[in-house]
Order: sequence, then C-alpha cells, then structure tokens
Amino acid sequence: MIVAPVRASTRRLPHIPGELGIWVFIAGDLVLFSLLFVLFLQYRAGQEALFVESQRHLNQALGLVNTLLMLSSSWLVASAVQAARRQQSQISSRCFALGFACGAGFIVVKYFEYSEKIRAGFTLNSNDFFMYYYVYTGMHLIHVVIGMGVLATLMVYSRSSRFTAEKIQHLESGASFWHLVDLLWIVLFALLYLVGRS
Amino acid sequence: MSSLIWSRTTVIWLLLVVATGLSWGMGQGVGAFDVQIVSVAIIIVTFVKVRFVIFEFMEIRGAPTWMHRVGNGWIMLISGLLITRVLIAA
Repeated sequence: MIVAPVRASTRRLPHIPGELGIWVFIAGDLVLFSLLFVLFLQYRAGQEALFVESQRHLNQALGLVNTLLMLSSSWLVASAVQAARRQQSQISSRCFALGFACGAGFIVVKYFEYSEKIRAGFTLNSNDFFMYYYVYTGMHLIHVVIGMGVLATLMVYSRSSRFTAEKIQHLESGASFWHLVDLLWIVLFALLYLVGRS
Repeated sequence: MSSLIWSRTTVIWLLLVVATGLSWGMGQGVGAFDVQIVSVAIIIVTFVKVRFVIFEFMEIRGAPTWMHRVGNGWIMLISGLLITRVLIAA
C-alpha cells in the first residue's frame, strides 16, 4: 500500500488573531458602517446634482494624504506585531510609535481640512452632502482618537520583557482595531471624495 | 530590522499605495469613460484594497475557514450593493 507523504506538519494551524471579543466588536462596527455606506449612495442618487457640485469643494489632495497616512500606519502596526513575535521589543515599540504618529498626522490634516471648509462657509447645515461628510468623517475621527489611545497603550506594553502567547494576543487585538480604522477610511475616501466625480 | 522592511507586509503596503494612486487618478476624471463606469471601477479597486487589509494586515489569511468566508462574504455583499446603487442611479 502506498501512503501519501504527510505535509500537515509544515503547515501552520488556523489561528484567530487577537481575542474573539474584538472580532465581535469589529463585525458590529462593520455592519453599522455598511448601512451608512449604502445610505450615502441612496441619498446621493436622489440629489445627484447637489452631491456632485458639493463634492467639488472637497480637497482631494488632503484626502489622498490622509489615505496614505492611514495605510502607512496600518503597515507599521502590522510590522510591530510581527516584530513582537520575533521578540524584538524595541522595534515593535518603535513601529507602534510611528503608527501613532501617522494617526496624529491624520488628525492634523483633518483639522486643516475642516478649517478650510468652515472658512469657505460649508458647515454641517449647508446641505445633505456636507451633513453626511461631517457626520461620517466625524464618526471615523472618533475611531482614530480611540485607536491612538490603543496604539499608545501598545507602545508602552510592547516595551517590556518577553512576549508570551497571551501578550501577543493582546497586541493582535489592538492592532486589529487599528486596521478597522484604516479599512473604514479606505471606503469613506472612495465614497465621499472619488465616486461620481465627472 | 531588514527582515521587517523587506517583508510580505511591505509588498502589500506598496500595492495599497499604488491602488490608492490609481483610484485617486480615476476620481480626477482622467480618461474618456462614462462617470458611472469610473465609479464602479473605483468601488472595485477600493474593495480589493479592503480585502488586502482584512486578509493581510488583519491576518485573516491565517484564520479558520469560517472567518475567510465571513470576510469574503461581507466584501462581496457591500461592494455588490454599492455597485448596484451606482448603476441603478445611471
């Protein structure tokens, strides 16, 4: 009888990154934002001319800069978790710190963007497009602030001694939340700044 | 340190940056395509990026199969709904 060679030993077993609780939270947040994404296009279809005209007043370059900051922070946070798995605490902590700095950069850019809009007379009450713009980006900004608190905690947490499996799991949970913040911005950037521009 | 910089994660980040440049370019009205077609293309590129974030950065790639299915299912459902909404508006 010929027995096929066993390859299972060379393959990693499936692993849920972080605690299951963080995934319940992420799933809930994604359901909420999914409804908001669909709702935005629904209302956009009803007032297309207004939405297209209002969208022209958004600063595309600042939106692009913020997207690059979010992507870079996610890359740094993913790298921080990988460094922790290799027991490289200094590198891990530095990557979390740089990820935090990208988050701070995002808030600074948002401050300039909001200021620019308000000076030009575009506020929450201007029209439906700007109402969605401020509410959606405001909700996302709250996520960024919470996420930065998480990253600051992980930065300190990753400085100390040896990374146990439990400690890695905590890092993975915090990192997953930050990647959610990145993911939500990727979709918001497309819907608010890019879709429908002629 | 160099193993971190020259990693799969870095390649994914570079791909995400290129995809962002591509969708940003499409959003500037580059090309002679209909605005609805461009919008659909932007949504597709966006959800390809989202899939990279979920499967690579969030590490769902190494998670159990049911998490792959939930992730892929959510991406297909939401991108499908958004694309349908754009096409119906046309």
